[in-house]
Parts: sequence; C-alpha cells; structure tokens
Amino acid sequence: MGNRTAVFKPYAQAVPGAFSISKKDKSPCTNACPGNVNAHGYVSMIGEGKYKEAMEIITRTLPMPGVLGRICPHPCEDACRRAQVDSPLSICTLKRFAADQVDINDLTVPEITPRDEKVAIIGAGPAGLTAAYFLALDGFNVTIFEALPVGGGMLRVGIPDYRLPPSVLEKEIAWVQKLGVEIQYDTVMGKDITVDSLTEEGFKSIFFGIGCHKDIKLGLPGEDEVENVIPGVKFLRDAALGDMKEIKGNVAIVGGGDVAIDAARTALRMGADKVSILYRRTEAEMPARDEEIEDAKEEDVDIQFLRAPVEIVAENGKLTGIKCIQMELGEPDESGRRRPVPIEGSEFIVDADVLIPAIGQKSDASFLKNTDGINLNRWGNFDVDQITYQTSREGVFAGGDAETGASIAIAAVGAGREAAISISRYLKGEDMAAGREKLEIPQQNFNAIPQKAKKIPRAHMARIPMDQRKSGFTEVELGFTEEQARQEADKCIDCMVCCECLECVKACGAKALTKETHEEKDRELELNVGSVVISSGFSPYSPKNLDFLGYEHRPNVITSLQFERLLSASGPTEGHVVRPSDHKEPKKIAWFQCVGSRENNRCDNAHCSSVCCMYAIKEAVIAKEHDPDLDASIFFMDMRTFGKEFEKYYIEAKEKHGVKFIRSRVHTINPVGDSGDLEIRYVKENGELIVDIFDMIVLSIGLEISPELKKLAKQFNIELTQGSFAQTATMNPVETTTPGVFVCGAFQGPKDIPQAVVDASAAATAAGELLAPARNTLTKTREIVPERNVIGERPRIGAFICHCGANIAGVVDIQALKEYIQTLPYIEYVESNLYSCSQDTQTNMTEIIKKHNLNRIVVAACTPKTHEPLFQETLINAGLNKYLFEMVNIRNHVSWVHKANPDQATEKAKELIRMSVTKVGLKAPLKEAKLNVNQNALVVGGGIAGMSTALSLARQGYHTHLVEKEDRLGGQALNLYKTWKGEDIQQMLDEMVQQVGSEENIQVHLSSTISQVDGFVGNFKSVISSKDGEEVVEHGVANISTGATEYKPIEYCYGNSPRVLTSLELDQKMMANDPMVNSVECAVFIQCVGSREPDRPYCSRVCCTHSVESALEVKKRNPDAAVIVLYRDIRTYGERERKYIEARKAGVIFIRYSLDNKPTVRVEEEGVIINTTDHVLGQPVEIEADVLTLATAIVPRKEEALAQYFKVPMNADGFFIERHAKLGPSEFATDGVFLSGLAHYPKPIDEAVAQGKAAASRAVALLAQGTVTTNGEVASIEPMSCSSCGTCVSVCPYSAPSFIEEGRFAGKSEINAALCKGCGLCVSSCRSGAIHLNGYDNDQIFAMIGVV
Amino acid sequence: MSKDVIGSVMVVGGGIAGMQSAIDLADSGYYVHLVEKSPSIGGAMSQLDKTFPTNDCAM
Repeated sequence: MGNRTAVFKPYAQAVPGAFSISKKDKSPCTNACPGNVNAHGYVSMIGEGKYKEAMEIITRTLPMPGVLGRICPHPCEDACRRAQVDSPLSICTLKRFAADQVDINDLTVPEITPRDEKVAIIGAGPAGLTAAYFLALDGFNVTIFEALPVGGGMLRVGIPDYRLPPSVLEKEIAWVQKLGVEIQYDTVMGKDITVDSLTEEGFKSIFFGIGCHKDIKLGLPGEDEVENVIPGVKFLRDAALGDMKEIKGNVAIVGGGDVAIDAARTALRMGADKVSILYRRTEAEMPARDEEIEDAKEEDVDIQFLRAPVEIVAENGKLTGIKCIQMELGEPDESGRRRPVPIEGSEFIVDADVLIPAIGQKSDASFLKNTDGINLNRWGNFDVDQITYQTSREGVFAGGDAETGASIAIAAVGAGREAAISISRYLKGEDMAAGREKLEIPQQNFNAIPQKAKKIPRAHMARIPMDQRKSGFTEVELGFTEEQARQEADKCIDCMVCCECLECVKACGAKALTKETHEEKDRELELNVGSVVISSGFSPYSPKNLDFLGYEHRPNVITSLQFERLLSASGPTEGHVVRPSDHKEPKKIAWFQCVGSRENNRCDNAHCSSVCCMYAIKEAVIAKEHDPDLDASIFFMDMRTFGKEFEKYYIEAKEKHGVKFIRSRVHTINPVGDSGDLEIRYVKENGELIVDIFDMIVLSIGLEISPELKKLAKQFNIELTQGSFAQTATMNPVETTTPGVFVCGAFQGPKDIPQAVVDASAAATAAGELLAPARNTLTKTREIVPERNVIGERPRIGAFICHCGANIAGVVDIQALKEYIQTLPYIEYVESNLYSCSQDTQTNMTEIIKKHNLNRIVVAACTPKTHEPLFQETLINAGLNKYLFEMVNIRNHVSWVHKANPDQATEKAKELIRMSVTKVGLKAPLKEAKLNVNQNALVVGGGIAGMSTALSLARQGYHTHLVEKEDRLGGQALNLYKTWKGEDIQQMLDEMVQQVGSEENIQVHLSSTISQVDGFVGNFKSVISSKDGEEVVEHGVANISTGATEYKPIEYCYGNSPRVLTSLELDQKMMANDPMVNSVECAVFIQCVGSREPDRPYCSRVCCTHSVESALEVKKRNPDAAVIVLYRDIRTYGERERKYIEARKAGVIFIRYSLDNKPTVRVEEEGVIINTTDHVLGQPVEIEADVLTLATAIVPRKEEALAQYFKVPMNADGFFIERHAKLGPSEFATDGVFLSGLAHYPKPIDEAVAQGKAAASRAVALLAQGTVTTNGEVASIEPMSCSSCGTCVSVCPYSAPSFIEEGRFAGKSEINAALCKGCGLCVSSCRSGAIHLNGYDNDQIFAMIGVV
Repeated sequence: MSKDVIGSVMVVGGGIAGMQSAIDLADSGYYVHLVEKSPSIGGAMSQLDKTFPTNDCAM
C-alpha cells in the first residue's frame, strides 16, 4: 500500500536487519542495447532531474551520448514495455537531452593509473573511438590512426550535418582525447603505416575499426565511366568534407537504406531541383528508419517503389536518365522480406542528371598483406573470435562495420568496448575469454505494469521550419525541453525495479554497498542434508478475479492483509486507520468472510482457510480500539472459532466490543457515486432484504498454495491433496509422501500460528528421529565474549530510548527525554532509536558500549517480558554481565496508557527512567550456575499424544517412562472408529502400541499414577505408584498428556433410551457393526451438546467433523436413511470442509438452531421425537429418529494433583495452560515440563500426534543441551541472620528454600538457585531480613523510591 | 550407520513454522540451513499487526 524503492528493508525490525536491493530481470531496454548502455539507469536519473548522473551512467559504456542520442536506431525503444500502456519511451532522445544539458567535457575525468603499453587503433569511427576510450581509462597509451582529415568515421562523413552537427561529434571526440588518446589524421593504412611498421614502433596491440567506406556497385555498364554517376557513400563523404558543394538538376537515387535517404536529403539541400529515390521493393521493406523516410517525404523527396535500374542511359558520356523495370513482390527471401520480381516488358526511363547508387557499402581491407596473417571472411570482413574480437593474428583485434558489414553505430560501440576489454586483458597477460560467455538473460520477471498508468502520448522534439530545412544543413531536430524530458522519463515503469544507477554505492558511507556487491548474482549452492523440512507457507488469495467485489477498482475495498498493515504502527499510515480513497477515518467497516475460501465456483478453493473468522474478529476488535465509535460488521456463513480461547474472544467481540455478526454471504459491492462509499445488498436470516452503505469493506481472504510451491512439491515428489496442500497421514501429520521430507505450517493445511508452531516442532523432531545417529556432528559451538570485570569501577551508564516507531515517540517527547537523561548522575551516553530491537541497533549498541566503556545500561522501551533477553544478549556480546541492565517500560506504562496526556506522559517517562538509572548504578554482576540435565524422560498419559511423545524421545535415544493409569495404552482413541480421512483408527492405534512395546528406550508403567514429584528442570525425582507398589524414577524432563473425557449429557433425554447415544457410543456401535446403525432409517445428530454453553464456553473442535463423518458412514451403510444434523455453526475447518460438502451432496440435511431456541427431544415407543425450527423456512419441524447422536463436549480431567506436583496452571475450563498461546504451545512456563494432547485443548488425532511430537522436540532441545543455566536473579540467604523460622520454606511455591542439614549452618535455611524463580515471596516474608533478592536488593529499591 | 546419516537439515521457508523448526533442530544438535526467498525471515506473521486470541503484537 505504501511505495517502496528498489533499496529497501521489509520492515524496521526485520532480521537480518540489512537493506536489500530488488532486482528483477534486466530491463528490456538495457538488455536490447548492443552497446550495453544502461537505458533504464539514465532514464531514471533524467526523471529525477539528475542530468549529470545520467551522463555518468551513459559514459560508463558509451563515450558519445550526444551522437548516439541523435542517430541511434534505438533497439531499446523496440523493447520498451511502456508500449503495453501507450507507446515506448523516447529513450534515445532522452539520451540526447542529457547530453544537451551537461557538457560531456565538464564530467570528472576518472583517476587513471598510466601504463606503458602502446595500443594502435586504426580508424576514428565509433568502434575505434570507443575502444580507445576504454583502453585509455585502463591507463594504456592509445593512438588512433585515421585516414581522413576528420574524426568520427561514418558518423562524420556518412551522416549529414542536419542530423548530426559536427560540433556535437567533435565535442565527444575531445572527451575521448581528454583521457589521453592521441589521434593522427590523414594517416592511411597501407600507405603511411602497416601492421609491421606499427609493431616495430612498439605498439603491443592493434585494433581495426575501419568501417565500411567502399560503395557496392550497381553492376551496370557505364557505372564507372558515365559522368554524374556518384556512389552514395562517396557522395555523402564529399558533401561532408566540403569537396562537393552544389548539385543541380534531377537527382535519382537507387536504394532504400539510410544512405539513400541521407543522400536524397543532402542533394536537396545542395540545390537539386528534384530528388527521386528508386527502390525495388515497397515502403514496408525499406531498411531506412521510418522517421527518416517520413522526413524525406516531408521534404518533397519523391520515393518511387517497385522499380529497379537495368541500364544507365547516357549521351556522350553524360547521364540523361536511368532505365528501370517495374517489379512486383514474390515469395519471401532469406531475410524474410518478399523478393522483388521483375515484370517482363515493363521497362521505362527515369530522367536524371545525377545518379546516386546507394545500395550498400563494404569494408576495404585491401591494405592487408598475406604476410600480416590477418584473415578476412568471404565478404571481405575481418574474421574475429566472437567473444574476444581477436583476429587470426595474436594481439590484433577488429570490430564494428569492418567485422560485421555495414551496421548501426551502437553495435560498433559495443564491439569497440568488448575489444578494449580483450586488449586490456591480453596486455595484462590475463585470460581474455574468462567469464564472458554470451548468456541468454531471462526476460520474464519484471515489475508489474501499473494498473492505473495513464496513457500519455510520446514526446516529440520541436523542429526547425521547413524552409530552413531544405535550404541548409542546420540540425532539424531541436531536442526535448526539460519539461518534456522529465515527463517522458517519468513514464518509465522500472521493469527491473533497480535501475543500477549505483547512486546508492556513492551514498553508502559504510562501503557496505560496492559496485561488486551491487552486481552480485544468484548463486547455486549444493547442500548435503540429512532431511528437509518444507515450511513455505501459504500465499494469500488474490480477490482481483472476483469482479463483483471490485477489488483494485474500488480503492476502499481492501484485503484483510492490507487492513493489518493499516492497523500496524509500522504500516503505511503508521497505525492510523484511514480509507485509501480520501484518507478519511472510516466510520463503518464491513468484513466479508470466505473470500477465496469455501468457494469452488469462482476459484478452486473448496477448503476452509481456518483462520479468517478469528482474524476478522480480531481486526474488528482492534479497529474498534482505535475508534470506539466505529461500526464494525462481519458478514459470515459459519463462525469458526474452534481454537483455544477463541470462542470467548468471539463472545467478547459481540457482547463487550459491540462487533456485529451478520450471517449472510454478500455478493456484489457497488460504488456510491464518486464518494468512495460502498453499497451492498444482503438478505437477513429472516428473509428481509437490506441495502446498506459502508465506508470501507475488508475482504477476509483465504489461504492457498502458490504455483511456485506446487512446483517445488513436484520437484520433491510430494503428493498433494485436492486443495494442493501437502498430503500427510493422520499418524504422521508432518511427514510428506517422500521419505525424509517433512512439512509444517500452512503448506500442510490452512492453520493458525499455534498449530503451525506445534507442527514446526513436530517436523523438527521427525527429522531428528531420522538423523539421531548424526546428532552434533555438524554443529558448532558459539564463541563466548569474555566478561569484563567492572567491580570497583565508577558507574558509566548508557541510556537507550526506543521510539517503537510511533508507538512511544507519538506520545512521549523523545528529545526532551534525551536532554533530561543527560542531566542524570553517572550518565555517559544517551541515544534514541526508531526501533531499539532491530538488529542494526543491537550491533550498534554493542559498539557503543565498547567505545564509551559503559558498564551499566538502561533501555527505555517496551516490556522486559518479551525484550529483556534480547538486550541482555547485547550486553553479553559487548562483554558486560547481563545483569548490569535495567529496562524501563515507557510503552505499556507510559505511551499506551497516557496517550491523551503527552506532557504528563513525558514527565512520567522521565521519573521512571530516573529511578532505573539510579538503580542500575547500584547493580552488581550476578553469576549463573550450570546444572547437568538428567537424560531420562517421564511421560504421564499413554494416549495418542503421550505415546507420540514417548516414541519421539525414545527414537532420539532418551530413556522414557510412560505412565498410564488404565491397564492398556490408547486413551480416548480406543473409542474412535475412523478419521475424517477414512483411516481405521483401531488399526493405527494397534500399530502405535506395538511400536511403543518394541521400543527398548520406553518403559511402560500401566495401571500407574504419579504420586509425588520433587526437583526441578533437569533433575526431577518422581514416584510412580501402582498396585504393586512405588517406584522412584529420576528424569530431566516431563510431559503431561493426561487427555480428557467425553461429556455425559443430562440433556436431550440421554440415558432415557438406548436410541440416544453420544458420538463415541455411536462409534462403538459402528465398530461392532451393530444392526441398530446398519439398518437405521432416520439418524439425527445434535451438535454442541455441552460445548459453547455458559458452563463450557469453548468449542470442542472435533465434533462437527466427527458428526459429518458419522453421517456419511450412516449413509454409506444405508443410502436410503434420512440423516439430519442439527447444528449452530458447522466448523469443518481446513480441508475437512470437503467432508461437509460431500455430506451435503450425499443428502445429509443440515438444520441450524440457535442457543436460545435449542431442539427439544422426547422419547416415544416408536423412536426419538426431535422438535426444532427450520432455519430457512422459519417453521417448526418434528423429526422421528431411530438414533439420536449427541455430539458431546470434550471435558478436561482437571488434574489438580499433577498440576500441583509440576507447578503448572490450568485455565477456568480445566485445560492446562501452555507457556505461550503461540510461541510455546507444547510446553509449560515451568522449565522442563511439556504438554500435549487433549489435556491442552480438544483436538483430533493428527493434531494430538503432532503436539506429542512437538512436546518431544522441545524436550529434546533441552535434553540435548546437557546442562541448564540457573537465573542470576534469585534469592540468597545470609545464614548468620537466619532465625530458622521456616517461613521461607513454607511460603515458597517452588520449594526452593530448605534447611541445611549438617555443618556449621545446620538448621539454617538455604535457597536452591535452580528452583528459585526470583519471585521474592521469601524475601518479603523473612522477619530476620536474612534473605536478599539478587538484582532487587533493598538498597536498590530504596534508592529508586528515594529519587521519585 | 552414522557414516551414512548427515547431521544437517534444510528448512525451506523462514516464517513462524520454519523458524520454530530451525530453532528446535539447532537446539537438538543438528546444523540447519534455513532457506528464505525474501530478504528477511518472519514470513506472513511479520505483516500482521496483532495476533488472536491474545491481541499480542505479532512482532
């Protein structure tokens, strides 16, 4: 939504924190230039008004910008993609414009290191001048030998002055001479000099750029004898040199190329009465440039087509005319042009006083002797190596027209430059060809052509009036005005993005960017790896094809991802929510759900994207936080808030924040005039048609897999699902169909962050299981910066203030803060940063700490909860003890809460910082202890998740105790029939149980429970109790996977009839092949039984899919059965949606009910009678069912004892609380204790397996370290002051204090640093004042209070 | 056996999942090649403002 330049950093806190340069494929203009001139670069500079820079770019590859800017046939323009909008840019004339603005001789002459070697260049044309220029830049001693009295070759004597004034050429030749090139005129090869003479004179290398100055003859009798037959090239040369000043009578010119046109227009200017061009084909085939043909016609040159000369008509040796024959076009020849065929008997005579044959020219190297050893090809051109331009004689090179035959000047320039590179390498003794193979540069991936680009006509130069044109040689075209040039240049669409102007190289003071780094290309690396994890994510669905929504046409229709950027402080509006059309704050926003999801009509995404319902609610809630008066409506089909704490979030959005939820899929968005407002029509649930107007509409776009990722999948031979996600099996949810290749994140299926993180750890451990024998074979140990001893030093405090974008700086006056901090005692250094957490700021901080010899650091920024470890790491890298640090939260505690009072907020920030500065001065370095980690594991709960954890741990070499309270392994999975993918659960479970049984690293304890746990991370000691007694096991880590149970309903007549079942009971009957389900005629399912109710305000996640699957199974067993599902929202998330579609197709009827109008059930003799209201018709319905299945809630076990033992928390529902909803979903905040399966939250088998593996992964990451480091900020006891009261021992929730058993201080208390969490409970309860909390000692706290 | 097994893993994609995988693998003793096509890691999550259901800042 914002504009990004070619040099960019994705966002302020990006890691790595460096800038990068985007380059797409080489810009077509630059790519098309035979002279390799960076057209994109100079056009960009002209657009910016940087004309000198433009000239610097041009002269990198071309010494004659003004010349080529006038006469180049500009292949660049043919390639220009602007043509797709209107017409190609006038690139060539822009080049002339740059040369018109800046005198080339005012450019800085680069520093040249002179060399001794002499190089001879034969010919001062474009090839020779260019070769000389680059050789001179390289320091060589260059002399150009030119046969004519003037320089420029064909540029001077072949192109008439009205197209290229000699002064322009002379200026640019002077520029070449300025670099030290010497030019000897009137020096003819073969006459004045020879190859041998040059060699004798000490020239180490020779370059031939002699051009094509010899006319090709018509081959008609009398051509050489008849007076007034003047060959074209000779004519132009004579005219240019002033050898011929006048021409009279009728002039006939034969030919159709540039020379013919130039000759015609020159003849006209020299006084000819009439000028005709005779060309044997038609205008379409004419090789002359179209502009030239037009100009000639404008000047009244008579161009006659389809006539070929057959005879020169002369009287007394004097020309009177030319006999021509009429031609017609036949079949195309080898050049692709239609071949002219004479029409027999059609001869006629054209009267002419002068005949100028201009049918071509060739090179004349007749001066060469056989002994020179320089070969020519069959056309008489120099035969050279196509890469190096070296001839058959070593050290002798050739290029330009003399090598190619007559061609364009820019090609000669290119050849001259290439030859110069070869000559330079040759003379330096380097490999001439190395790295110069001609590569096909891909031309596919370009900057997109802007949709909104306006059509602007191509700029044209002003010209001198016609009378002046015909009467003299004044330059016809006058160049662009500055306004024209800037406008023309601004039309460039930056195909490559970066224009390679290299201005950034000039600007980079740190020399991080050099010409070399700028030129870095993609490199191919070959990696040998043991395994691959593909986590390439999703690509957001682009709604531009859904024309009825008008995305991209209506500025205020944006995607949810764009809305995220609008909300974000680092976004284009710095977190200010405004509508794109007029930057007004929207007062009414609608969210449209399921855009590109659950949609296989306009796109191929039948799946549910799983996350959109939640993110839309979140966006609505946050938007309402920005503006509490905002009217926010979410239009949805089913509200799918199935994750942990999601349902509560939904309810809060509705009830607390007032977000409106409207169940309707809206079709069209119509603009309301030019207001930017958007009108929609929708039908409410009661059938009422509503027309409503919104300021802005957010499209909740779905997740899909990019074509690129599909291609990658193919390369890895990975099978994909119907929705193109990676195919996985329920029991191996992160394993692709290719062994050793694992998958996690959205590529495995659309999912939210917590699930992606679970999968990620699972994939890591799955790879780990495979590679266990090679563990630690390739890893390196990090070097630790030695810690500086600061004890006894006077405090030297550095303070760093964070703007946090606008988060803090938008409220707090940072400058005032900085000035204030300068005045505080012991402050040595103060600075502020846009984002202190960014990588470059961290690197910078390390340097500053070292440079200023700082020994205490204060960071005033956000919360230490998330960012303290980062800054402490920086201290460590700077050689400081990480506890010599204080963090002040001036975001949460200041800018966020005192937004309305910026002045007071600044004052508060000053106070808080003063307190921390005072405290940090008193801080002392603290020590951390290292403790060994016991390499055994304990897994509590032998269901799917527990077994999955145990297997992963065991396979990676860790001995694991698996404790199950039942007498068999399997947990709830024992009750389940099939997965939604159709796999037989009992069969899979059997296999898993067998694997556990045969794994020698797993010790299974059945019918056992945990009765006591002591210790801490790395050193747990637990008691496993069973009827056979107690066993004490020592273990470094523990995993809790104790599962959950099924809700036994009290509603819907459950228990009153054998026909009323729970979902699990139905599964049992299906497994048993019970006739009751096989012959059922009417089966009804009621969803959300016990879930999403005030008592259990959470969604049980699995029941919708389960009932859909069971409904299909009933249909499969008896296709005639009526199957009805009564639901509130169908939550078949991800690709489970396909099952829902399948069920509807199979005839399963879905009737929605609401919480305030639940179905009622009564049991009658003949069946179960269910009464509900049809949501479409609004009519009451009565159903008589044979079987009623209640999709009951999953209920946590509320394992209080276990929670106590491991000191882990449970939420209000009774599910265990993970360390972090997103970043630590499979572990507890208590170190060394992990979590998986239903004990965490309801989940299907695949997710339980994944989380089981994830818990193992997190555990292995800890076990593999071998040691744990204790926190330095722990309590410590002065035994001398301890009164042995035991209060600390009893109050500590972590059992850290204990009595010393023996020795001098027996009976006194001591603290186990490994258990202490530094909470301070013991400190405050110690009546003797014997306990101190390191880092929070009394003097520090009192000092802080003292300065307030 | 250990001779045949290479103790390194390539993780393709440096979003939240790829980063977590890479961290776990590295902490578990495997060398990780984390491959990301864009110039910085973070993936789609770094484009988000806040995250549900806790409203934590995505950064």
